[in-house]
Amino acid sequence: MRIGVFVCWCGSNIAKTVDVEKVVEAAREMPGVVYATDYKYMCSEPGQNIIQDAIKEHKLDRIVVASCSPRLHEPTFQRCVEAAGLNPYMVEMANIREQCSWVHDRTPEATQHAIDLVRMAVAKVAKNEPLTRSRLGITRKALVIGGGVAGIQAALDIADAGYPVVLVERTPSIGGHMAQYDKTFPTLDCAACILTPKMVDCASHPLIEIWSYSEVEEVNGFVGNFEVKVRRRAKSVDESKCTGCGLCLEKCPVKDIPSEFDEGTGTRRAIYRPFPQSVPNKPVIDRDHCRYFQTGKCGVCQKICPVGAIDYEQQDQVVTEKFGAIVVATGFDVWRDERAMAQFGYGKYPDVISSLQFERLMNASGPTDGKIVRPSDGKTPRSIAFISCVGSRDEEHGYPYCSKVCCMYNAKQALLAKDKLHDVQTYVFYMDIRANGKGYEEFVRRTIEEYGANYIRGRVSRVYPDGDQLVVKGADTLLGRPLEVRVDLVVLATAMKPHDDAKELARKLGISTDQYDWFSEAHPKLRPVEVLTDGIYLAGACQYPKDIPDTVAQASGAASKVVGLFSKEAILSEAMTAYVNEDTCVGCGLCVEVCPFGAIELVEVVDREKSTRDNQVMKKVARVNEGVCKGCGTCAAACRSGSARLRGFDTKQILAEIDALADAALAGRQ
Amino acid sequence: MSEDAVLVEEKAELESSESTQQERTWQPIILGILCNWCSYAGADLAGTSRLQYPESIRIIRVPCSGRVDPAFVLKAFRKGFDGVMVLGCHPGDCHYAKGNYYARRRITLLQDLLKALGLPEERFHFEWVSASEGNRFAELVQEFTEKIRRLGPFKGVVTPEKKTL
Ligand code: FES
Repeated sequence: MRIGVFVCWCGSNIAKTVDVEKVVEAAREMPGVVYATDYKYMCSEPGQNIIQDAIKEHKLDRIVVASCSPRLHEPTFQRCVEAAGLNPYMVEMANIREQCSWVHDRTPEATQHAIDLVRMAVAKVAKNEPLTRSRLGITRKALVIGGGVAGIQAALDIADAGYPVVLVERTPSIGGHMAQYDKTFPTLDCAACILTPKMVDCASHPLIEIWSYSEVEEVNGFVGNFEVKVRRRAKSVDESKCTGCGLCLEKCPVKDIPSEFDEGTGTRRAIYRPFPQSVPNKPVIDRDHCRYFQTGKCGVCQKICPVGAIDYEQQDQVVTEKFGAIVVATGFDVWRDERAMAQFGYGKYPDVISSLQFERLMNASGPTDGKIVRPSDGKTPRSIAFISCVGSRDEEHGYPYCSKVCCMYNAKQALLAKDKLHDVQTYVFYMDIRANGKGYEEFVRRTIEEYGANYIRGRVSRVYPDGDQLVVKGADTLLGRPLEVRVDLVVLATAMKPHDDAKELARKLGISTDQYDWFSEAHPKLRPVEVLTDGIYLAGACQYPKDIPDTVAQASGAASKVVGLFSKEAILSEAMTAYVNEDTCVGCGLCVEVCPFGAIELVEVVDREKSTRDNQVMKKVARVNEGVCKGCGTCAAACRSGSARLRGFDTKQILAEIDALADAALAGRQ
Repeated sequence: MSEDAVLVEEKAELESSESTQQERTWQPIILGILCNWCSYAGADLAGTSRLQYPESIRIIRVPCSGRVDPAFVLKAFRKGFDGVMVLGCHPGDCHYAKGNYYARRRITLLQDLLKALGLPEERFHFEWVSASEGNRFAELVQEFTEKIRRLGPFKGVVTPEKKTL
């Protein structure tokens, strides 16, 4: 055995606290180590060259790299040693940065800690065995969850590259939040004009299937081979017959349901499509409100439909499909917590509305045909206050983070309001103006300078009615004095937040979320599109608040990851999988029960111990399907006879780490 | 550190008895067995956030808390570690869906076993730490280290030496 130890300075990140040379010296004395050295940046090309040269020169067969977390650079060093002819699994890392030099400041203690970590890694690597990965097939079909602009873009990109896509959307139409917007900053393109053509492209693309009114129920499998259960909710409308004529939409007697699409500023019927340009453009029946489903009497839509498309008997369908990759593009919700927004009178005074509601009021296809009016009396407002950071950057009531887009849409809404109602006074209450995108700063300046918006720096403490107006009470922190502004309409820039059921979806997918329930990317800087589960990618605001350009860019990024995956010939399986020693296995089946992936089954084999040449005795043993095994090791911990083993984290490797550490750190203690 | 803080600390130091002084300086050796996906990542985050904690803990990475064989813990105590911590993902967050539930069951049994064997169950700590809880990880190490310092070095149990655990 010839172990080489390579200790990294990581510039000054490690060397500032840990005495690297001492670590190298100590490593030289460790059992099996024949070579040890240090370098400023082990992960850099010259650093990797040092390792590769040493492997050749000193005939090293096992390597320990003492540097940063293996979660960061283990693959780097695996590739490095592989290029020098070693099996990539003959590397272990000692995490002397994240778990040593960065968390300690006393050099002698930190150095001792680092030496111990190296000692453990050396003991472990001595027990490493070369591992191989097998080749697995790929189902070249992608699932995109969420039909907003992110999902639409991802679906189009993947399909354009020649791979089939299923786009699952839970509302009756794709389009997402972007379809609700009036115009987009900073170019003032109308959102519908740039989005609806893409929606239509999706619908007409031969490789894209849109499953609207559907939700993902269960996800199994692994990269290249996911098996997904989708509930396709009963629309009560036979899509193959429906022509989308819209007759039923006019005649349905249930008229007063607040429209989700209009954020409650308008109403819809029980049979509805969210908006006139919906894709698919065929209605669904909302069974919770439909008179027929609630009372059994009505049936107007069925009577009136000229093609007999209404089908009250339709059932939910649960479809299971195989996919090779999944793009999660489920977007965001807006903060709607009326109790927490009580200081602004949201939910209490009709003329206090959210920005999203204001979008609907401005939109030509909205409930007011684009006329900005007060919800209370339908009068045109002569003054409007826009309040930013409602729920954002507000640890006490809402969320500590910045929702990123509010500064910009505040400016946009103030500009458009002035554009529509020439003599309106606009006030924007802000904490800071964050306009960091292409053309953004210029846009805000334009709103202020050309459209005369009054920007007031300061937090609003209260909004209360006075006569038929509202008083916005706050402070102007630039002038350092309290302030009251009387306005006709108050618009709240409410925070972007994850969907309430984001966590649930994360669980189904087996991906992680951060403390707010935004989905977590694999690496905040270098792998912003991937998650830690291979084959699943993120697009858009389900990860964190984003504007449209960022969302679209990430969606294309996710799509290109999928296309990259699909263009591979095969996928390599996990190397660190479990296996069963069939000679010692007693076939108790405990591991079969505990395996979270159903990767282990009991099979009959010839009992070699008991069989003789003429008498074959059979016995049951457990066998691992290595394509399905993810390497959690639950079976290895459960096995009573020590027959189930986990490659890479074998019991003897872990015990060797414990032993080595104990022998050194506790030596002479007792 | 501000001047006030320094003064307060010095005063506290003067007042503290010799034994507490010893407690403060003695560094226990604690074994941490952490699952790769949450707790190990949480410990990494503590590092990336430059949170300081005692040099007491030595971490072994395992894929999942479900991989933790109670024998690892028994072995550690037999070897004389002053404390052992096993950390895994929060319920529902396990990268392998259910590993931490199995871990919880095994660990509950293990705690009973420690008691029955006369092993120091108070030197054993099992906890959930997520990848975003760098702070919590640092605090846990801090608190557990202080607890072990109060308990003093682990002298081992008086049982006949077995071959292996
Ligand atoms: S992966 Fe963390 S407990 Fe299973």
